[in-house]
Amino acid sequence: MSTDSTRPALQLSFSDKLRLWWDALARPTQWAVGVPFIILIALLPIIKPPLLTTVGTDFGSVLAQFGMFALLAIGLNVVVGQAGLLDLGYVGFYAIGAYTVALVTSPVSPWNLTDDWLAQDWAWLFAVPVAIAFTAVSGLILGTPTLRLRGDYLAIVTLGFGEIVRLLADNLTNITRGGQGLTQVAYPVVGVSEERPNGIFSAGNTIAPLNSGTWWFWLSIVLIIVVLLIVGNLERSRVGRAWVAIREDEDAAEIMGVPTFKFKLWAFIIGASIGGLSGALYAGQVQFVVPGSFNVINSMLFLCAVVLGGQGNKLGVILGAFIIVYLPNFFLGRTELLGIPINGDDIADYKYLFFGIALVVLMIFRPQGLIPARQKLLAYGRPIYVATRKAALALSRKPAVETKGGAR
Amino acid sequence: MSAVQTVGQVMADGVIDFDIGSLGRNFWALTIDGLTYGSIYALVAVGYTLVYGVLRLINFAHSEIFMLGMFGQYAVLMLLGFTPRGDAYDEGTVLTVVYLLLAMIGGMIVSGSAAVGLERVAYRPLRKRGAPSLVFLITAIGASFVIQEFVHFILPKLTNDKLGGVNAQQPIRLVVPSVQFSVFGADVTNVEIVIVVAAIVLAVATERFVTLTKFGRGIRAVAQDPVTATLMGVSRERVIMLTFLIGGLLAGAAAMLYTLRVPSGIIYSGGFILGIKAFSAAVLGGIGNLRGALLGGLLLGVMELYGQALFGTEWRDVVAFVVLILVLMIRPTGILGESLGRARA
Repeated sequence: MSTDSTRPALQLSFSDKLRLWWDALARPTQWAVGVPFIILIALLPIIKPPLLTTVGTDFGSVLAQFGMFALLAIGLNVVVGQAGLLDLGYVGFYAIGAYTVALVTSPVSPWNLTDDWLAQDWAWLFAVPVAIAFTAVSGLILGTPTLRLRGDYLAIVTLGFGEIVRLLADNLTNITRGGQGLTQVAYPVVGVSEERPNGIFSAGNTIAPLNSGTWWFWLSIVLIIVVLLIVGNLERSRVGRAWVAIREDEDAAEIMGVPTFKFKLWAFIIGASIGGLSGALYAGQVQFVVPGSFNVINSMLFLCAVVLGGQGNKLGVILGAFIIVYLPNFFLGRTELLGIPINGDDIADYKYLFFGIALVVLMIFRPQGLIPARQKLLAYGRPIYVATRKAALALSRKPAVETKGGAR
Repeated sequence: MSAVQTVGQVMADGVIDFDIGSLGRNFWALTIDGLTYGSIYALVAVGYTLVYGVLRLINFAHSEIFMLGMFGQYAVLMLLGFTPRGDAYDEGTVLTVVYLLLAMIGGMIVSGSAAVGLERVAYRPLRKRGAPSLVFLITAIGASFVIQEFVHFILPKLTNDKLGGVNAQQPIRLVVPSVQFSVFGADVTNVEIVIVVAAIVLAVATERFVTLTKFGRGIRAVAQDPVTATLMGVSRERVIMLTFLIGGLLAGAAAMLYTLRVPSGIIYSGGFILGIKAFSAAVLGGIGNLRGALLGGLLLGVMELYGQALFGTEWRDVVAFVVLILVLMIRPTGILGESLGRARA
């Protein structure tokens, strides 16, 4: 209840102002700022900025891993952040994506196609859409019976699903070879040269800085942009509005005529297929798939990335994925930081401890995440949206003439 | 191996073997072992169910509370002078019972205080801010990480590598499983009797406590309608603390019983799967419903072992999860339906 008339009518934090400034820019200007920024990020493994680069592991590989996590975070964000469905078994889709590629292309798999008619060079490219389709179908299979359940029940059922997928991979030894894993998974054979006899994407390409990690990172950047465009357009469409409605109040949405089950299923399927795509990338990069890589704890890490960054915000979840992947690797093998001696390996070991503490503290003080999502005027399209942003920005600059009874 | 095998061919090669004979032969032995595991699930499930009934919150970190209980009872045994060794101690019946009781109380104290502490540190600030339920769940996951990693890395440093760390604790065996009598040709061991009897006594005591005492009435009142309960003079905060305390105590007791059955299960990651199963048990019986937790736990334990006999040991966890999904599809609120508030005396 402030009566102070010099107070601005709309108090905005720095991040809000930054967001308003960005949103008010014209599309070409946004591209002019955004594209060089993306190129700068893409060049990171070559520039290797002194403090940013990792000591213990190859920086390019870390960034490639970040790319996969970012895809996963974007996919999980559709399910958790957009539609508000808590999926604790997302790692299951990641595993299905990876195993589909491995089963189709690994010479030790019973369903290997590369012996028959599929050329090894093209096998990965062929397997990726198959993996995406397969995960989409598995999303449908999981979603159809379970999406009628609400909130917490859905969480536990999806958790069970994630565990079932891993146990299947572990136990169906005739097909997946269990703990031995599937070896020699295909990868795109491109850019074969004398120095790189298996192409630039092969795990054998360790010639820095253009090693396989860097190439996979670049490939994942391209895929992230494509996925972001698709997901962004979906968000602004009828589907996205339906998701928001379901997230905010499922009963109200149903009453207002939103076919909630259908749109929840769509969110699930789209999220699943993005997870499958990421899994396919993973299988291609490491060329080796074992059940141990798909523990349920990974689901929690993916959820961490989404929540840490800010659920519902695509940029936020990418940042979250970066933090989750980068921080443990940053400390790995580091013996000093800014002149202070540290035992980096120990700190890297403690990653789950730190993530846990970060989650608890974050939920208490900033439950919306580092870069929170803002509700936008979804219905009226961009011109009106920009106009309102401009007005808000202007309002935040000049002090209001008079405010009575506080801002809200 | 050049030809592409079809799913049918691979299945025919014996990917999943059905062994109905094994199930039939060992039916009663499996039932008894299933009841043993089931009663442990039931005790842990009560913790989930109480907290859910009062707060509508999946206390995801409850599995770690259970895990801490295992370490708590182990620490008590070590304080009593027992050291891990290959063979079992032989202390005579009376002393063994006393030691086991002390260990159980130790586990209960550790788990109970951890549960109350967790509620204080992690959940209460959120409640004050009126956070949505997803935030609670994520906090619980975070707390779960913290507790696990505490036992994984910090506890060994505090205890001179005697407790915690990457590996499971070397078992301290106070009781050797010995056959006491047979039911339908299936042997019943002393360990199984102790576990089932102790679990049922504790579960019934909890049920009586919630239905008969003033505190229990408070819990039910808050579960039914927090606002009205507060208006009627029930302290919501105290009720919440009480539910966490009861859940923690039972988890600690269950932890001691579990180590009787699985002596080598004391490891920092040992609570996770058991916790999920206990939660499944709570959901199976109808979450928020105390009798449901008991029924769900026993059912899950038994079905899991039938499944294990039918498909093989490695499919045990799969069976548990599939049962959960099937039950939820047919009856989304569990077998007995969810409601702590409406549970009649």
